[in-house]
Amino acid sequence: MLHTFVALVEDKPGVLTRVASLFRRLNINIVSLTVGHSERVGVSRMTIVCDASPTAGHRIAASLYKLENVLEVDDVGQLSHVARELALIKVAATPKTRSMVFELVEVFRARIVDLAPESMMIEITGVESKIEGLIQVLNENGDRILEISRTGRMVMRRGQHTSRVLDAMRVPGIELPEDKIVDDGAAPSDVLMAEETGL
Amino acid sequence: MGTAKKNQTQSTSHANNTSASGREGNATKLTGSEIIWATLEGEGTSVVFGYPGGAILPAYDALRKFPIRHVLVRHEQGAAHMADGYARASGRVGVCVATSGPGATNLVTGIATAMLYSVPIVCITGQVSSKVLGTDAFQEVDITGITLPVTKHNYVVTRAEDVAKTIREAFLVAKSGRPGPVLVDITKDAQQASAEFDFAAAAPKPHRPHPMLKTESASILQAADLIRNAKKPVILAGHGVLQSRAGAELRTLAERMQIPVASTLLGLGGFPASHPLSLGMMGMHGEAWVNHAIQQSDLLIACGMRFDDRVTGTLATYAPNAKKIHIEVDPAEINKNVKVDVALIGDLKEALEALLPHLAPRNEKNESAWVKEIEASKGECAVRDIRNLPDSGHLYAAHVMHDLWKATEGKAIVVTDVGQHQMWEAQYYKHDEPRTLITSGGLGTMGFALPAAIGAKIACPDKEVWVVAGDGGFQMTAAELSTAAQEELDLNIAVVNNGYLGMVRQWQEFFYEKNYQSTPLLSPDFVKLAEAHGIRGKAVKTRSEVLPAVAEAQKHKGPFLIDFLVEKEDSVYPMIAAGSALHEMIRRPENPLVETAQDR
Repeated sequence: MLHTFVALVEDKPGVLTRVASLFRRLNINIVSLTVGHSERVGVSRMTIVCDASPTAGHRIAASLYKLENVLEVDDVGQLSHVARELALIKVAATPKTRSMVFELVEVFRARIVDLAPESMMIEITGVESKIEGLIQVLNENGDRILEISRTGRMVMRRGQHTSRVLDAMRVPGIELPEDKIVDDGAAPSDVLMAEETGL
Repeated sequence: MGTAKKNQTQSTSHANNTSASGREGNATKLTGSEIIWATLEGEGTSVVFGYPGGAILPAYDALRKFPIRHVLVRHEQGAAHMADGYARASGRVGVCVATSGPGATNLVTGIATAMLYSVPIVCITGQVSSKVLGTDAFQEVDITGITLPVTKHNYVVTRAEDVAKTIREAFLVAKSGRPGPVLVDITKDAQQASAEFDFAAAAPKPHRPHPMLKTESASILQAADLIRNAKKPVILAGHGVLQSRAGAELRTLAERMQIPVASTLLGLGGFPASHPLSLGMMGMHGEAWVNHAIQQSDLLIACGMRFDDRVTGTLATYAPNAKKIHIEVDPAEINKNVKVDVALIGDLKEALEALLPHLAPRNEKNESAWVKEIEASKGECAVRDIRNLPDSGHLYAAHVMHDLWKATEGKAIVVTDVGQHQMWEAQYYKHDEPRTLITSGGLGTMGFALPAAIGAKIACPDKEVWVVAGDGGFQMTAAELSTAAQEELDLNIAVVNNGYLGMVRQWQEFFYEKNYQSTPLLSPDFVKLAEAHGIRGKAVKTRSEVLPAVAEAQKHKGPFLIDFLVEKEDSVYPMIAAGSALHEMIRRPENPLVETAQDR
């Protein structure tokens, strides 16, 4: 079963190795891992998707917390969240076949970001299934896919949930603004975005 | 010891200046090397175990200015084990020092050993200059990469100004939460450069408890409920009882509710072995009544233990009718091997303190039935009656352990290796006090005993310390005899010598059709080996010689080695074969000590 964790970690050399090494030691395959800056200076945000037994979530989260550089772990699991992935897809396309690709791109709400005499580059953002859908129709359409680069999943929980980084970094004596931490559990937002519901 | 003392007298005035001013918050300009020692001193370190070399030489050059005793080891593995033994005997953080490259890699076995049973040690390694990091410079190795999975955390320090705060943080990490080893790798240029030193200002951020700790009152009440209603409860006492210093609370729980206590190997001493409610060691070589009690129980109260495979046997059949309460400081251990009904995730002592007010003393009648049932089952077990056994001319390791226990009144610190001797010690030496058994349980490291005992003796110079090692393991780190001699330690060494890698031989006997492949072992004459190190030695071949030899070792000032030449093909019983249930054990033969014709 796929588990999705958000981990807020100190932005220091070697932290990625520590996190990755933990999964290696537990003999769990990482399906995707995205890292980038978070809302806090010096804190990176990772979204880790891994394939592990349904009961492994607790142990993975608990083990991640044992790493000194890990500030917060959120086992997103079935909680209401937005998941996105970005992909760049380069397809072979001549002036004759371009229009077909343009049509597909329109339907998938993707965009063309590069056009060369013999190829086009498509940028698409969405849930994994949407990206896989575009790849599938491009294949079926006979367009030759030359390259695919995917970021892997990144997620954010819906609603008022705020990362607990501030709390995690709380030092006695330093007061934080009130109501920083509101954990709304699984309350979904009223409006589902179009991309969540399909195309 | 002589040299160490000399160092102290030379250095006292200077070191006091630096550290005292540091504590008051006034910065002093020091080199990175001096900061290493000043910070260690500030953290309360009075002894380090180490081995010099190129990349750590600046630090060694500065050592004479500080009142820190340096114990020169013969191999860096010994340094890590000594720091480990020191930490386990004293409850303080042990410190070892090594140079870069091979010096650092030699520490790894010792670090992994400390990791597997959560012992707080800080390892300081020299590293090549930061300018050449990553160039495969002479004696460069990526030791933080190598030790990443076997340390709680590790650091690379490339600037003198980071030395103090990193070492201070390392101490905090090592001893907080579930303790463990921490490595600090310090480049040579960081040792040579100068920086302001202010001990107080280098204090780390307070330790952040693991966010998944959970000892809320609902769980406490639930646990109390289970304990009140249990008919056949058993307490499983692990190493956490020692780590958390929860012996008194555990004893209150056991006595108030009349619950028998089984110990893991590393938990021995956490609950007095001579206590009427003590069952003894559980697991692979635990006595039958202990494992049967666990299998028949309706409630297991696991205190600071992790349901290791050596104590559970096959998980599918483990204590099938028992509810389980798990009190444990590490959230990652909950439901790892055994699914539990109530988890109290936090410090054991605090959890028991919170639990005890909810438990009124039991109605005695019901409970004593369970205790009596266990008591009765002891009779079925064919325990060797060591006291009454005639001296048949054979010397059994069990005799040695029993007599050693008698002669030391159970009060010595015994440091064991891994293997048959370790199990015999656990079975026949009754530990009543915590931190009197130091053994390589989790990792099972051969060669652990001698260096760890050196560390323990240095931590507790007034305690009688015995090394108990097999002939195989002893040879792995026998070079540390020189260390014991140089430090003039009053250390007693018992080699249980059966001419085999005994536990492996036993497995070959039971599971590999007695194919004794590569287990017969030629050893040097250990008495002569000791003598070559200037250490007194004695060989013992019969039961009647055991007590006089032990007495001689006790009386002798300085290291003393006894080579116990025991029965060659004796086995440890009972035994649970790998993959078997906890109650399916190989029992002792009807009469394990059958006399042969020549005995009569």
